[in-house]
Order: sequence, then C-alpha cells, then structure tokens
Amino acid sequence: MRPRQVILGIVSMAVAFVIFVIPFLLVIFTAGKTAADASQIDFTPPVRWQFWQNLVDVVQTRDYQLLLAYWNSTVITVGAIAGLVIFGAMVGYVMQRRDTRLTRALYFVVLSGLMIPPAVVPTIWLLQEINLFKTLHGMILIQIAYGLGFTVLLYRSFIAAIPRDLDEAAIIDGGTPLQIFFRVILPLLKPVTVTIIVVQAIAIFNDFTHPLYYLPGAENVTVQITLYNFQSQFVSQLNLLFMNILLITIPPLLVFVFFNRQIVAGMTAGGVKG
Amino acid sequence: MQRRSPYPYWFLLPAGTIFAVFFLVPTVASFYFSLTYWDPFEARFAGFENYQQFFSEPFLARGVMNTLIFAVLTSGLKTVLGLLLAVLLTSGLLGQSLLRSVVFFPVLVSTIGVGLLFQELMHPTEGAINVALEAVGIDGPGWLTNPSLALVSVALVDVWRGVGLATLIYIAGLATISPDYYEAARIDGATRWQQFWRVTVPLVRPATTTVIILSLIGGLRLFDLIWAMTRGGPGFASDVLASVIYKQYQAGFWGLSTAGNVILFLLIALLIVPLALHLNRREADL
Repeated sequence: MRPRQVILGIVSMAVAFVIFVIPFLLVIFTAGKTAADASQIDFTPPVRWQFWQNLVDVVQTRDYQLLLAYWNSTVITVGAIAGLVIFGAMVGYVMQRRDTRLTRALYFVVLSGLMIPPAVVPTIWLLQEINLFKTLHGMILIQIAYGLGFTVLLYRSFIAAIPRDLDEAAIIDGGTPLQIFFRVILPLLKPVTVTIIVVQAIAIFNDFTHPLYYLPGAENVTVQITLYNFQSQFVSQLNLLFMNILLITIPPLLVFVFFNRQIVAGMTAGGVKG
Repeated sequence: MQRRSPYPYWFLLPAGTIFAVFFLVPTVASFYFSLTYWDPFEARFAGFENYQQFFSEPFLARGVMNTLIFAVLTSGLKTVLGLLLAVLLTSGLLGQSLLRSVVFFPVLVSTIGVGLLFQELMHPTEGAINVALEAVGIDGPGWLTNPSLALVSVALVDVWRGVGLATLIYIAGLATISPDYYEAARIDGATRWQQFWRVTVPLVRPATTTVIILSLIGGLRLFDLIWAMTRGGPGFASDVLASVIYKQYQAGFWGLSTAGNVILFLLIALLIVPLALHLNRREADL
C-alpha cells in the first residue's frame, strides 16, 4: 500500500465516521440515557447508563406491544418468504426452460410488477371483499405478490446457468415434473435461495407502508409500526424512542454481519448485465 | 401423441394467482375507481372530476411537482456520489472493506428509524447538526421547518440512506472493467482525470443505467421517509404523491386517493419506459 492510499484511507474513514457512524452512536448513547439527560441530544455518552431499564420500559410499553409486534413481523416474514421461494422458483424455472410466447409475455408482466406502484385503496377494497383485510395471512399474500418480481427474475437468471442435461437425465429416469423440480432443481438453487431469503427478509421486516395500509389495529402491529405508534408517547422520552429504534435494528444488523456476501449478491443482481 | 412437457404451465399457477389477485386486479380496478366519487360507503361515477381536482387544487398539484423534484434530485445525487464513492472504494485505500460496510449499512436500517433520528438531528435549535454548525460560527437553517428547505432536507437524508446501494452496484460494475483498458490508456499518456472520463464512465454504463432507474422509481414512490420526517409539512411544502395518496385515503376521499395512485403510475411509466429504452439503446451502441 502506497503512502497516498494510507492517507486517503485515513481521511475517508474520518469523514465516514462523522457522516455515517456518529448518527448511530447517537442512537446508542441516547438509548442508554435517562429521560432528562436525553432531552438534550448531543454527542456525549450518558452521564449515567440505564440501558437495561430503558430496554425494559420500551418492551413493557402499551402492554408489551413490541413483543407482539416482533411475533407478527416474524410470522409475516417467514410466511411470505416460504411462499416466495417455492412459488417464485417454480415460475423462474418454467420461464427459463420454456421459451414460448406465453413465458415471454409473462417476463414483461413480471418486469412491470417491479415498477408499478401498488394501487393501495383498491387493494384495501379487495381485501375487505374477501375478508383478508387486517389479517396476517392477507398481509403475507400481499408481501408475496409484491416480492415476486424480484424473486422470479433472480431465479430465472440463476437457472439459466444450470445445465439442461440434469433435467433430461431425471426425465429419462422417469421423474415427474414435481419430482424433478423438488429433488433435482430446487436443491441446486440453494445459493440464490439464500440471497433471496436474506434480501426479502430485510425488505419485509423493514416494511412500514404496507402494514400501515393493510394491517391497522393494535393486535396486528408490526415492528416498524411500533416506532410510529410510540412516537407521540415518547416525545419527551427520546431515550425510549431511540431504544426502540435500536431494538428493531438488531435483526437486520445480525443478518448483515452473517450474510454480507449474499446481500451484496442480491442487491447488485442485474446491475452488471453485459 | 405429443409428449407432455416436463415444464408444465401449471407451475405458474400458484404465483400467478397470488400476483393476479393481489396486484393486477387492484391495479386494473384503480383505473375505474379513479373515475368515481368513492368513499367507504359508495362509489358513484364522476368522470375526470378527480383528475381535474388534482391539477387545479394547488396543494395537490404541488404534490405532483414535489414528487418529480424529489425523484430527480435524489436520483442525480445517488448516481454521482455513488460512482465517486465506488471509484474511491476500489482504489485500494486503507480500510477499504470497512468503509464499504459503513457506507452500505444505512440501506438495511429501518427507514422510519432513520427518519425519526434525522428529525431530531435536524431540529432548528437543539438538533446536533445546527449545534455543530453553531460551534464553527454558522447559523444553521430550520431544515425541516423552513417550507422552501423541507423537501430538500428529506431528499438529503434519502441520499444518505440510499447512496450505499448505488455504490455497491457501481463497485460490481467497476469490477467487470478489464485492467487492460487502463493499461492502454496509461501507455497513451492519459491522465487519471482522462481515464475516469474516457474509460470508467463509458464502461460502467450498465451500472449507471441500473442506478438511475432504480433510484428514480424509488424516489417517485417514496412514502415512509417523508411520512416519518415531515408528514408532508410544513403546510403542504414537502407533500409528494405518495403522501397525498395516504392523506386522501385517511380523509375518506378514496376516489381522489386512487386518482393520485393512477397519476403516480402514469408518471412512472412515462418517465421510466422511455428512459430505460434510451439508456439501453445507447448501451448497445458502445
């Protein structure tokens, strides 16, 4: 490493520290302060750390709403991802293997699904008509519908790299389409499946807009909505507001630490096509 | 008899049904409902009344304008800063991988959390940003309270939050450029500046296309950050289509809200489709 790169690196890290790290330190510091101490947002560490007390206070707010929210968000995320992975892979597989007018038309439908903003009020009307408004399974189906575009495109491009010889060998051995897909193809898709799970889990867990529209009501609360609900209550208790931010940032942080590579793969997919 | 395909079309059914019911049906229905007086109780046909209202009421028209300003501003900044950061973070400087993680991390954090955090940081008198500015003798503005600044402030926070994704896409794009090009340029005596403009910029074009299109779509549709930071205020100064849609829905004006949704749809289609075709065509020319 040349001296120039060392100096540039040190300068960059100093700038990045101010712009990107200090805001997060502020969250951590404020989350550990007393309410009085936190009323003045500044860069100083807490005079007296009361991290645990604040954590307990936030968790207990409104009859343990945060725990309920964690449960609801987990159910939605897990349910939606199970659907996305299995149904999305099936579509990506058939779309890639069969080049027909139908699958080519579907490709454009999938692309437009990535672009078009969902029509929110008509969706609410529809959910009410079929009794899925304000229900977790309704929310799961919505998240599947909205996540399919990304999932199908990623699977489709990954399946292109899997040789057809494998399918053909299985066909000759008398495998049914379902057997071939679940026994031969799906296991081979593991790397891209991990990427899809990680990227979609973060997107669904962090989603605020769609639960706000489709999942109102205290019993349906999700983690992002707690922050919104507690905002007015915590207005004079910034320590608790920031503790709440911290608590709902932990899952994405853990995912980031353990699945950095897959996140990068998923986020840059399509960005470097030839 | 024709052998049945090992790739049956019914594989498309589960996903296709969910997509059609929960995405396509409401989208098609929105065109009809946008032409009605619609509230939680009834829908009466109204012709183009809602659209007329959208462009004649100043606070609604302002939302359309703000949406465009916001999208262009954030997309432009993310594209330029993303490329510069990617070049910097692939130059082999000290702490390179740490820096990449630091720049990328905000992408994964809750948008509402980021919005509330910056709402505090941007407080006109007690916020950390103005306190820091005051320490060096600058009188900081009311970032979110000044009507002519609020939208720009939210846009800056959106860039802070999203530039890491643009950087990541550019880093992947830069990795596909063969070092031979730089070698050849150096032999021909090109300066670093010339190398950047003549080699890097043309050859990362696919990444540029992706960054521009993704960030424009994201900017046009953005709701959560604006809602967390300003709720479209002060007044209607930072209202965008997505926040107008929510406000009108809450007020019970479902038809008007849906008209806003259709306008957003048309805006995205009219901007993105020609842009994508144009950018991809120029890519093919290279």
